[in-house]
Amino acid sequence: MIEIKNVSKRFGEFKVLSDINETVERGQTMVICGPSGSGKSTLLRCVNGLEPYQEGEIIVDGVSLSDPKTNLYKLRENIGMVFQRFELYPHMTVMQNISLAPMKVRKWSKEKAQKKAAELLERVGIPEKAQSYPANLSGGQQQRVAIARSLAMEPNYMMFDEPTSALDPEMIKEVLDVMINLAKEGMTMLCVTHEMGFAREVADEIIFMDFGRIVERGTYEEFFNNPKSERAREFLKQIL
Amino acid sequence: MFDAVASNITFLLGGFGVTLQLSFFALAGGIALGALVGLGRISKNKWIYRPITLYVNFIRNLPLLLVIFWFYFVMPIIAGRPLNPFLSAVIAFIIFEATYFGEIFRAGYQSISKDLSAAAYSTGMTYTQTARYILVPIAFRRMLPSLITQSIVTFQDTSLAFVIGLQEFVRRTSIVDNMEVRSIQLYGFVAIVFFIFCFIGSKISRHFEEKGRKTGLL
Repeated sequence: MIEIKNVSKRFGEFKVLSDINETVERGQTMVICGPSGSGKSTLLRCVNGLEPYQEGEIIVDGVSLSDPKTNLYKLRENIGMVFQRFELYPHMTVMQNISLAPMKVRKWSKEKAQKKAAELLERVGIPEKAQSYPANLSGGQQQRVAIARSLAMEPNYMMFDEPTSALDPEMIKEVLDVMINLAKEGMTMLCVTHEMGFAREVADEIIFMDFGRIVERGTYEEFFNNPKSERAREFLKQIL
Repeated sequence: MFDAVASNITFLLGGFGVTLQLSFFALAGGIALGALVGLGRISKNKWIYRPITLYVNFIRNLPLLLVIFWFYFVMPIIAGRPLNPFLSAVIAFIIFEATYFGEIFRAGYQSISKDLSAAAYSTGMTYTQTARYILVPIAFRRMLPSLITQSIVTFQDTSLAFVIGLQEFVRRTSIVDNMEVRSIQLYGFVAIVFFIFCFIGSKISRHFEEKGRKTGLL
């Protein structure tokens, strides 16, 4: 379970996050949407300790990130993250990209890590790309490798930071399909995305952020059919 | 055709040996110091960043010749005894080239996006693991063509050490020329030797550049 309690974050005078409260239970899929600069990505980065916050507390499986004794490296082993621009290691093959962390962090043998990587590549639908370099893959393929790389650590949570917004339209579906399957298999997911079709299919809860605050939260139907705030109505008009 | 060269070949090649030695020490020292200077230039600690930046900007705005002269005449005062020209030249070159190598290293370190290291961290890797498996290998591959190019420049620049009487390749050639008076032949020989070495070097640099471009690293 991820508990976010009264979290605020400032960059100097500017408040990027103010008073965020949210709980994500195991097995849930939460979709975060909102205009750019509303603090969605920052919120994800706070949850796995990539960014510090000044007030409040984030607790992942009972471990508080505010506690200076918490080992952030250890914490991140259980929280996978997928980025907008894929961020694959350009000097390594797909196979090496996926098996690096299990070998170095989990101390798996090379055979075990590569077997796992091969399984994951099968699962994301590109087993034939194992020996390719990221530069030779399409955006959609790169993003599926990035998902496989995160899954290789067998995390309890997966976070997605606008995973399809750098993709050509015809590649969006192949990435979303992987994410939908993942959600249906019971992965706990936090997804920053504007893909409302994805949200309709798997989101247990949608939160809408604006100016660093959670303005609105609810199920897909509540949010989509009956947005309470003017900001959310405007936003939905723009993205649909 | 190369009779004056042939009859003095041992003396001349001895000079080329000095040029190679000087280049070797200048590069080893310049690259090692440059890697640190590059780190200092991206440091968030102003007590590191400011003096390093001052040093880089100061040296880069001086002619190399001046730096060589300056060290030759000032080092004896600091050391309390006269230095031989070779040692003095090595120090001058290291101090000078480290500023250029430092800027190459800085660019290499800065070329790696924050999200790429974030991606590595989010798989649970530590700072040391991220640096070792991701940041340093990528930065090094990206820098390699520039490092080779700057090494060629350094190799060429070492001939300037002849102004402080160091008997490197060009100096020895001028000594031979004073006796034989065969300038075209002698300096032509020097040009050919320098050209061959630098041409091969630039081809190697080009090779790594193209390789990097193909794999999407540059």
